[in-house]
Amino acid sequence: MTGLTVSADALTKVFRDADLGDLRAVDGLSLSIRQGELTALVGPDGAGKTTLMRMFAGLMTPDEGSLRVLGIDVARHPQRVQDRISYMPQRFGLYEDLSVQENLDLYADLHGVPISEREDRFARMLEMTDMARFTDRPAGKLSSGMKQKLGLACTLVRSPDLLLLDEPSVGVDPLSRRDLWKIVQQLVDDEGLSVVVSTSYMDEAERCAQVFVMHKGRVLADGPPGSLREKAGGLTFTAETPAGTPARDLQARLIDRPDLVIDAVPQGGNVRFIRQPGADEPRMGDLLDGIETSARPEELEDAFMMLLRQQEDEAPASLAATRPAEVATPSKDGKPVIAVRDLVRKFGDFTAVASTSFDVGRGEIFGLLGPNGAGKTTTFRMLCGLLPATSGHLEVAGRDLRTARAQARARIGYVAQKFALYGNLTVRENLQFFGSAYGLGRRALRDRIAAMIEQFDLDPEAKSGLLPGGYKQRLAMATGLLHQPEILFLDEPTSGIDPLARRAFWRTITALAKGGVTIIITTHFMEEAEYCDRIAIQDAGEMLAIGTPREVRDMAGTAGARDMNSAFIAIVESARAERGRRAAA
Amino acid sequence: MQAIVLYISQTLALIQKELLALLKDPSSRALLLAPALMQTLLFGYGATYDLTHAPYAVLDQSRGAASREITARIDGTGVFKRVATLQNANQIAARIDSGDALLVIVFPPDFESRLAAPGDAPMQVILDGRNSATAGAAAAQVGSIVAAYNQSLGVESPISIVRRAWFNPNYESRWNLMPAMIASLSMLQTLMLAALSVAREREQGTFDQLLVTPLTPSQILIGKAVPSILIGLVQSTIIFLIILFWFRIPMAGSVWLLYLGLVTFTIAAVGIGLSISAISLTMQQAMLYTFMLIMPLMLLSGLLTPVRNMPQILQIATYVNPLRFGIDTVRRVYLEGATFADVAPNFIPLLCVAAVTLPLAAWLFRHRLS
Amino acid sequence: MSRSAARARLVALIRKETRQMLRDRSNLFVGLALPVVLILLFGYGLSFDVTDARVAVVMEDSSAATVNAVAGLVGSDYLNPVWTRSMVEAEQMIRAGEADAILRVPADFTRNLAAGGGQLQLILNGVDSGTAQAIEGYANSAISNALLHLSDRQADTAAQSASVSVVQRTWFNEAGDSTWFFVPGLIALVMTLIGAFLTSLLIAREWERGTLESLFVTPARPTEMVLAKLAPYVVIGMIDLVMCLLAAKFLFGVPMRGSLWIIILSSMLYLMVSLALGLVISGLTRNQFAASQMALLASFMPAMMLSGFVFDLRNVPVAIQVVSNLLPATHFMGLIKTLFMAGDYWPQILRANATLALYATVLVLIARRTLAKKLD
Repeated sequence: MTGLTVSADALTKVFRDADLGDLRAVDGLSLSIRQGELTALVGPDGAGKTTLMRMFAGLMTPDEGSLRVLGIDVARHPQRVQDRISYMPQRFGLYEDLSVQENLDLYADLHGVPISEREDRFARMLEMTDMARFTDRPAGKLSSGMKQKLGLACTLVRSPDLLLLDEPSVGVDPLSRRDLWKIVQQLVDDEGLSVVVSTSYMDEAERCAQVFVMHKGRVLADGPPGSLREKAGGLTFTAETPAGTPARDLQARLIDRPDLVIDAVPQGGNVRFIRQPGADEPRMGDLLDGIETSARPEELEDAFMMLLRQQEDEAPASLAATRPAEVATPSKDGKPVIAVRDLVRKFGDFTAVASTSFDVGRGEIFGLLGPNGAGKTTTFRMLCGLLPATSGHLEVAGRDLRTARAQARARIGYVAQKFALYGNLTVRENLQFFGSAYGLGRRALRDRIAAMIEQFDLDPEAKSGLLPGGYKQRLAMATGLLHQPEILFLDEPTSGIDPLARRAFWRTITALAKGGVTIIITTHFMEEAEYCDRIAIQDAGEMLAIGTPREVRDMAGTAGARDMNSAFIAIVESARAERGRRAAA
Repeated sequence: MQAIVLYISQTLALIQKELLALLKDPSSRALLLAPALMQTLLFGYGATYDLTHAPYAVLDQSRGAASREITARIDGTGVFKRVATLQNANQIAARIDSGDALLVIVFPPDFESRLAAPGDAPMQVILDGRNSATAGAAAAQVGSIVAAYNQSLGVESPISIVRRAWFNPNYESRWNLMPAMIASLSMLQTLMLAALSVAREREQGTFDQLLVTPLTPSQILIGKAVPSILIGLVQSTIIFLIILFWFRIPMAGSVWLLYLGLVTFTIAAVGIGLSISAISLTMQQAMLYTFMLIMPLMLLSGLLTPVRNMPQILQIATYVNPLRFGIDTVRRVYLEGATFADVAPNFIPLLCVAAVTLPLAAWLFRHRLS
Repeated sequence: MSRSAARARLVALIRKETRQMLRDRSNLFVGLALPVVLILLFGYGLSFDVTDARVAVVMEDSSAATVNAVAGLVGSDYLNPVWTRSMVEAEQMIRAGEADAILRVPADFTRNLAAGGGQLQLILNGVDSGTAQAIEGYANSAISNALLHLSDRQADTAAQSASVSVVQRTWFNEAGDSTWFFVPGLIALVMTLIGAFLTSLLIAREWERGTLESLFVTPARPTEMVLAKLAPYVVIGMIDLVMCLLAAKFLFGVPMRGSLWIIILSSMLYLMVSLALGLVISGLTRNQFAASQMALLASFMPAMMLSGFVFDLRNVPVAIQVVSNLLPATHFMGLIKTLFMAGDYWPQILRANATLALYATVLVLIARRTLAKKLD
């Protein structure tokens, strides 16, 4: 188990573009990956993780340097490598019109898995992915979590000599994510599989034997998680939130001081943060101002944030730039901005949303959580007026947006899950169009565009479709906020975005809420639920829990004490068990 | 008043965005203009029923003055080109089979002697009937050459027909086809453009983003329709100019009336395209539906063969085909110099199609669920 | 071992492509229903054969001799005389599109006829040049029939001078029926259609949906992928071919003078060319929209307009002939028309099929290259 499965030396891949100049996606990178281990590649957007994976898989040819995978020169003999490895790209190409079984059969046939071995293997895969019931269902009809699991199953129809997973858990709910990792872990334990996985979840990287932190096409740091963690040793603390204020206020206060604090995130009602190593003691005392702090063990995420922040020093921190201008605060009159009563949505026999009721007050951040396919998106689309409700009552800003006159829609902003702006228009052209569509006058339009471009640090002449992921997301936010809406709808805005960009994003959101904007948001990052005033957990169309993050954690009992992720899993699983019992009875 | 200004400025913003998205890259600009240009030139030369240099072969077994005279006359028309002079009847089949010769003219050995005596002196014309249109035209040409020869022999017919052809004096089929291209070539792309406009936004998720803005369905409809209509008209104009200045087919009617017809026709075509688009969930569906429609629309339009030659039931079906009325209007205004009163009946079916498809598309924007 | 593995992979890929094709109804609709629609439309809808052309007859002179002269028109199947009173009215009919031609009998017709030179005026709407020519032909023959009557009765005055007559023999299509030449060409068009509209989307769709990236990192070879993509559409093409042949024979009574097996083999060869061309377009554009535009503009429209399907290539300028001859459709179009109407003409069969085979090989090789398992 000491052999190398991948060894790269001075590997370089350059994308040439006449307009944008050359982009060195991978830049003189050297690394060696050991056999029989789980190895993680982590790094912000545009670090070159995907390009590197594709070179491993023989899908791209390096411009310089040498790369041997399984001892084979992959640039010269890609097919020989492809015969022995399995690769799961970011978007696994399931054939959506083929059934689950047919997809599995196809990949088994292509990999030449003998019929005799198939029965066992399929049974095991279907059991691990919990999909035995769905073998006849077309892959296109699965939820995104299920699709991802099926993708993994298709990749693992045989035991490869090397498994490459490119961001397998993007857009996947905590339950499916846990299942995915269980499968991988089991194969590593049972079969000594070599796995290389790229991820933006640090808890996933923590499970790996070896972690490579990438940045701008180079390796910034590498080693076992334990040794990487040590970089943040002695700097990690938890600050206790003063009673009666949301944790996010304290978090905002801390993260706005990059000279003293490297990073701060709300967790379990409190705020965990990392001190700058050379932070000035008196000024730190001023900042904390009597707030209780206690040291906590460092985590991989802390080290990761530190490494990235050090790199960022060259460029000014994006945080300050994205701090929004305060919006005039409408008084909290206590009347709910969104009122939902007994909302139901059926598609044929299938009930996507079952009798759901909730209210959202002005200036509140309301989080909709739930596993993939739980009915979040359906609820969300009904609220925005994109989908009619089958029955029930629904009011957004006093109206049902679906039947309201068009101008009522001017009061909401909407940021779709997938980048949904015009890719071949520039940033400015997109903003101009949406601003005019919202009826902004010429002068107002000019001022707002200037404000948005400054606030989100956008290049107005860049082509939207070519922006890196984080910037696309910023542009989508800028578009949603251009007309200063009272209510902002955000559908999984942080999927596939690195931790750094997520911090910046949430800083914007919390400031907006402070300014009186009501925010409705869905997310798969459970720690992000901690930023919300209230959250609702949905599964199978039903509302399982609703309340403040603390209330929801309490609802989950001991399991929820640690963090929202475990609380979420506990609540959904107990509800499912309950449903199972009812069905059996 | 303010509401109207807002309505217009919002709609203009959408139109501007659509045009920008369509015309931004040089490659997509080229894709919109080059095909119209190339096809007009290619079809202008390639799509013709007229005989020019039609290859023929002669088997002259009489070897007399009369046969020489007739062959010389055939050579002199410019319509025919002699590709072979055959020596015996066995060679005929090979020439026709291979397609080297469209027709073979045979003067029998006794041709000269029979011509010397009163009565018929038959000459034989063997035609390649694989393309019945060309064969018919060639036969008619030979017939008139022979008739002229007979006249020179002093054969007087008691009745003669003086023929005059209006609007297209030389029976040039290019005159018939090319004006029809103004409508049909531009329709190909406008239909496709309109059909993909909403389907593409749906597939890329941008349509939701559009639906949550205060834009009303009628604004979205106008914003989607106008760019397609404009591009259709630009293409029509390119084709029109090529026909007028390159092929020099004289324009008899009013340019305004021509454009009135084209605008109405394009609106109807765009209406069909947008309805397809609103029904389709994916671009693939939209494209396949468009293909399925384009073929019958082209075939039942009178582009290649006259509508009147069709069976009754198909003629009735053509009433819902905007291309039929678009082509008819353009041809008659362009070539015949028809007035508005002449072509007014053509506008009724066009407006009916638009009146059904456009509101249908607008309604479907919001009511077609994914 | 490795050959059987390759075969197993090919079978798996063919099964996948077939399932995908069958699951998508719009595919089947374009592949199977559209050809039926085309067969019916082309067979019944397209015709150059003018019947019931409306001729406005203006009788400015209505003596017995005139009525006799015009009588021939009434009896004809092709012409449909509409009696009008004045030239003004007749002109109006032309302008309104209610008449295609005017036959004017001038007031001095009888007088001139007696003097041996009666003149009739035929005014035609030349816009539809084909119809105009046909009407002129019909009118001429109707008048000469009338003339024959005249000369029968006045046998003594008929000229006994010599004249040349034309004995016309049209080979292959004696009746000059335009259905006969449209229907064989239709086979070429339908084969083109499947390639242009169906296979042109196949690779582009996989690029757009991201399925190729997963497929590339498997032992599947590019050649296997290309062959698997072609296979199900070959079956569709064969079904269409059979439908076309049956329709040609039983519905439209088009003669099939060549050997059936040569017709089938040549059609299959062209089908391969058309399908492979679709795949090449698909693989090069990697985008369904661009692919379908390309296929329409580069494959289908030229096959319809420039291949000799409707327009005789012998009439077009050399430059256009060169372009036409670059199109595989042109070679097949000529061949299939010959096979149907003329019979087995071996030089053409060999030349055309060799050309098609060359095209098929080159196109399959290019299609294979577009699936070369590289993302950059």
